[in-house]
Amino acid sequence: MTALQVNALCKSFGGLRVTANVNLSVAPGERRLIIGPNGAGKTTLFNLITGEITPDSGAIRLFGQDITRIPSRQRPHLGMARTYQIITLFARDTILRNVTLALLGLSPLRWNPLIRLESRTDLIEQAREALAHVGLAAIAERPLAETSYGERRRVEIAMALAQKPKVLLLDEPYAGLSIDERRDVQHLLRKIPRDVTVVMIEHNMDVALDFAEKITVLHFGEVIVEGSRAEVVNDPRTKEVYLGH
Amino acid sequence: MSRQHLRNAAIAVAIALLATLPAWVGNAYYVNIASQILFWAICALALNVLVGYAGLTSLGHAGLFAMAGYAAGLMLQAGHGHAFAIISALAVTLASTAVFAVLALRATGIGFLMITLAVGQIIWGIAYRWASLTNGDNGINVSTRPAPFGLSLASADGFYYATLVVFLAALATMIVFVQSPFGASLRGTRDQERRMNALGYNVWLIRFCAILFSGVWTGVAGLLFVYYNQFISPQVAALTTSAEILLMVISGGTGTLLGPVVGAAIVVIMKNVVSAYIERWNLVLGVIFVVIITFMPEGLVPGTVRLCRYGWHKLASRGSRYTKIGDRAL
Repeated sequence: MTALQVNALCKSFGGLRVTANVNLSVAPGERRLIIGPNGAGKTTLFNLITGEITPDSGAIRLFGQDITRIPSRQRPHLGMARTYQIITLFARDTILRNVTLALLGLSPLRWNPLIRLESRTDLIEQAREALAHVGLAAIAERPLAETSYGERRRVEIAMALAQKPKVLLLDEPYAGLSIDERRDVQHLLRKIPRDVTVVMIEHNMDVALDFAEKITVLHFGEVIVEGSRAEVVNDPRTKEVYLGH
Repeated sequence: MSRQHLRNAAIAVAIALLATLPAWVGNAYYVNIASQILFWAICALALNVLVGYAGLTSLGHAGLFAMAGYAAGLMLQAGHGHAFAIISALAVTLASTAVFAVLALRATGIGFLMITLAVGQIIWGIAYRWASLTNGDNGINVSTRPAPFGLSLASADGFYYATLVVFLAALATMIVFVQSPFGASLRGTRDQERRMNALGYNVWLIRFCAILFSGVWTGVAGLLFVYYNQFISPQVAALTTSAEILLMVISGGTGTLLGPVVGAAIVVIMKNVVSAYIERWNLVLGVIFVVIITFMPEGLVPGTVRLCRYGWHKLASRGSRYTKIGDRAL
């Protein structure tokens, strides 16, 4: 059984076709990289997979279950988590509260208006553990507004990992990071356990190609090449898309 | 003394002052003003749940406020007792709030504001034009006040204490609510709707429940209003009332618990006390609002806290500089 299966997925915005008959099959535990030039439809594909955008046609399966029509808010409960290319965090809260919110999202406790959230030490401890995993435990109480860009990227990843997903979608996790920060995130992603399937969009080839076991190249919403690193790098269509010849 | 101890001491002093207010005010007129501040504060606190914690600005809350008052008034006119009238008024308000929420949550931001304004105006229109039910502009009289547990609320002091008990219950409920996991979820929907959805939250349902919670407390405030005035007319449901409630929340400070209470006090005092001395009290209220927004855009309570902290840091840094100069001189 595949972890994530995308069949003949199509999406158009008016006359613009952004996803054209995309097929994707990701095995459990696999590290898949999705690359392509700007406007290739990579983030749109993620938005379709997570349900933020409804496809015009096609199907999405998560461990065999058809999730095409399942609302996006229910997909995290089925084991799907994502990060965003543009950091999307709770700027008024502390780092710890951000991760606690991620944990709360999967707990029935989120509907409880009668107890203090701070009294749920089990949840807070889990959030601290998730932060320790990404090396942010020491600054857990720091307001997010006082953190660096690299730290925020790690908070994004901590929030996704805290939900213990079966499939993790990472949208350009290295975007905007310095060389040191990139190395930290690279190290962090390598530590993700093998029972988590990772699909990553990335522009930075140096770090991304090392991580991936299989690569999918998108261009104008279509999959043009798919294969191992060597196969994709040596394919003339990849060179044409990236170098123009 | 830690900050927590200071806060607890301040709360104890505030409760003691409120509990003894009729004794030290000594005038029924001012006790009645205090009652008004308290029930308008309940209404402002209820609206603050939406404006401050959900990021949803409503201009239709006067409609819900009036709905409770009219429902109770009509029940009493039909010959029912106070208990039945109060319970049915709250049930009617809850049902109306549910419809209000379903309609308003079709949009967010300015769209939400406009839908709430429209729904509020529909309620005002019904109160004004459906004269066979609401008695139109003449309003509905409520002849008596209830006497819970045999305690008469006919006097200014009696009504004040009843309002104080309800106010403290509302405040305690709000404190628990905003600190709860549901309160955290609601704030999350205010700050990052898309992210909350991606984290597994049902943003629509969270907002719907928050509007219901807000609507019920608005209804409670409406009931206190109708029992205080023993009369209700379409003016209560008008847009100006909704704007005044919103003004209370914004001027005091959204997303704080003390802010709407302070805002309610300012508006009620301006309307009742200052209007006795200054004919154009509306102008004074407008000027106060402009001054608050100019110098404390976050509202009076958070703005005062900010200025106090700034002053404290200034004093502390000046003190340390003098100490250094003193050390050098020595």
